[in-house]
Amino acid sequence: MSLIEVRDLRRTFRVRRRDDVVAVHDVSFDIEPGEMVGYIGPNGAGKSTTIKMLTGILVPTSGHLRVAGVDPSKRRTALASRIGVVFGQRTTLWWDLPLRDSFELLQKIYRIPPARYRQNLDRFLELLDLGDLLDTPVRQLSLGQRMRGDITAALLHDPEILYLDEPTIGLDVVSKGRLREFLRALNAERATTLLLTTHDLQDIEALCDRVMVIDHGSLVFDGALTQLQARGGSSRTLVVDLVDERPAIEVPGAVTVRVDGPRQWLTFPADASAAPIVSAVAAGYDVADLSIQEPDIEDVIRELYAGR
Amino acid sequence: MADPRALARHARAYVDISALWVRAAMAYRASWWMLTIGGFLITGIDFVGIWILFHNVDALGGFTLQEVAFLYGGSGVAMALADLFVGRIERIGQMIRLGKLDQMMVRPVPLLVQVCADEFALRRIARVLQAALVLGWGCTYVDWTPSRALLTGVMIAAGTAIFFALFIGFACIQFWTTDSAEVANAFTYGGNTLTSYPLSVFPSEVVKGLTFFFPIAFVNWYPSLQVLGRDDPFGYPDWTQYLSPVVAVALVALALLVWRTGVRQYRSTGS
Repeated sequence: MSLIEVRDLRRTFRVRRRDDVVAVHDVSFDIEPGEMVGYIGPNGAGKSTTIKMLTGILVPTSGHLRVAGVDPSKRRTALASRIGVVFGQRTTLWWDLPLRDSFELLQKIYRIPPARYRQNLDRFLELLDLGDLLDTPVRQLSLGQRMRGDITAALLHDPEILYLDEPTIGLDVVSKGRLREFLRALNAERATTLLLTTHDLQDIEALCDRVMVIDHGSLVFDGALTQLQARGGSSRTLVVDLVDERPAIEVPGAVTVRVDGPRQWLTFPADASAAPIVSAVAAGYDVADLSIQEPDIEDVIRELYAGR
Repeated sequence: MADPRALARHARAYVDISALWVRAAMAYRASWWMLTIGGFLITGIDFVGIWILFHNVDALGGFTLQEVAFLYGGSGVAMALADLFVGRIERIGQMIRLGKLDQMMVRPVPLLVQVCADEFALRRIARVLQAALVLGWGCTYVDWTPSRALLTGVMIAAGTAIFFALFIGFACIQFWTTDSAEVANAFTYGGNTLTSYPLSVFPSEVVKGLTFFFPIAFVNWYPSLQVLGRDDPFGYPDWTQYLSPVVAVALVALALLVWRTGVRQYRSTGS
């Protein structure tokens, strides 16, 4: 039995008296313990609705759903001690109270043994660099600090599953990097299962071996990240700055897609090596500078939606 | 729900969450005392109004000032206790809009406990004290017997439970409309206002309504008739005077059922 079992899960919402809107349309997947899964899709695709059903907040309209062996909406309160949830855009912390108070209350309501609580808190404070902020009211924390506080709050009770809904939204590059590092360490140390929704595909690239893509309520892809890139038929781009303006470069294995003054853009398949193309360009032209743009996973996904 | 150990655990969680809010409020001690004393005085004016009324009349619906104090205090204490412990539920629409409810739903404490304990305001105890004072004064004129004393205790408990049920039941409307706290107020605070007076001031049709349809007459009116040794002005049988606990249990059960339905139909908010 998988840790998360989803079969033909559906949720519809009645919008006034018109037809029902299907937010999640017969979605099926399994997640095994210790997996780190990225769950992506455009706004309104059904990501949050799925997470809310997995956590028991929303009752599914139909389908089969088991998390850690139980039906989340029927056993929501019991399941709560086995999962951690972080809603990126809203804090689970008590707004007007210092972080310390929030954490201590969580210890009580999750009934975390004091020794375990100390140990976890010390570890997370150190990993997330939060030690100095314990006595600061949550409303005075920066977004990045608050997010780290939220993640600590979601993990104090050693959940088996951590759901992260847009955990890096609004964070700066440094904070994002630190957060990803922390999540990787968490998964490595404790085998915590991670399900992450995000708009930032770098989150996925840094963390997830597996990606699920949802669009208009249906799962359009479920597999390895590399497979997704291949399936999208995506390409890499070589950006060439020539010494002066020239007609479009012609080299084997690449197609020039754009010329703008001395700068030209050449695309080539993502699975091909850049080396022969670079040397062919360098051999035939006076090159001032070169750079390679990796396949933009957003383009891959856009193609995926378009290709349906 | 009926498991006593689970109930004790939920009560404990309620106390833990409320204690946090009390501690937070006490960070501004002077402000807390001002709000509490202010609350005490403002609600006190309420009864002063009735007292002034009695300067012009000798009886209200056939009841003396002391008897009215007993009725007013009985309803007031019940209402204030319910308001203190579960009154926060009237903010549930706001909690839904802010996404707070979603966060509460993923914690291992029953949602109802968390909603009621959220931002627990101990200063509401001022209202309990004010009503208790009026009730205490009314009590000094009662011809006490052990059974009347017991019935008074039962009346307060049942009355609190009835208001508790009204708070919860009517707050659930907000699961469907997310913004209609005022509708609930009409029944909770409105119910309190109605039962602050002897029901004999109302036409018999109104009393019928407050007995059979919206049974807040059981908060204080029927048990008080027994405690005060009065005959029912509308001729209802004596056993109705002992019925408050039954009505309270039925209303609480109904309110919890509505609550469960509301939670299962909950739609959350976008993203």
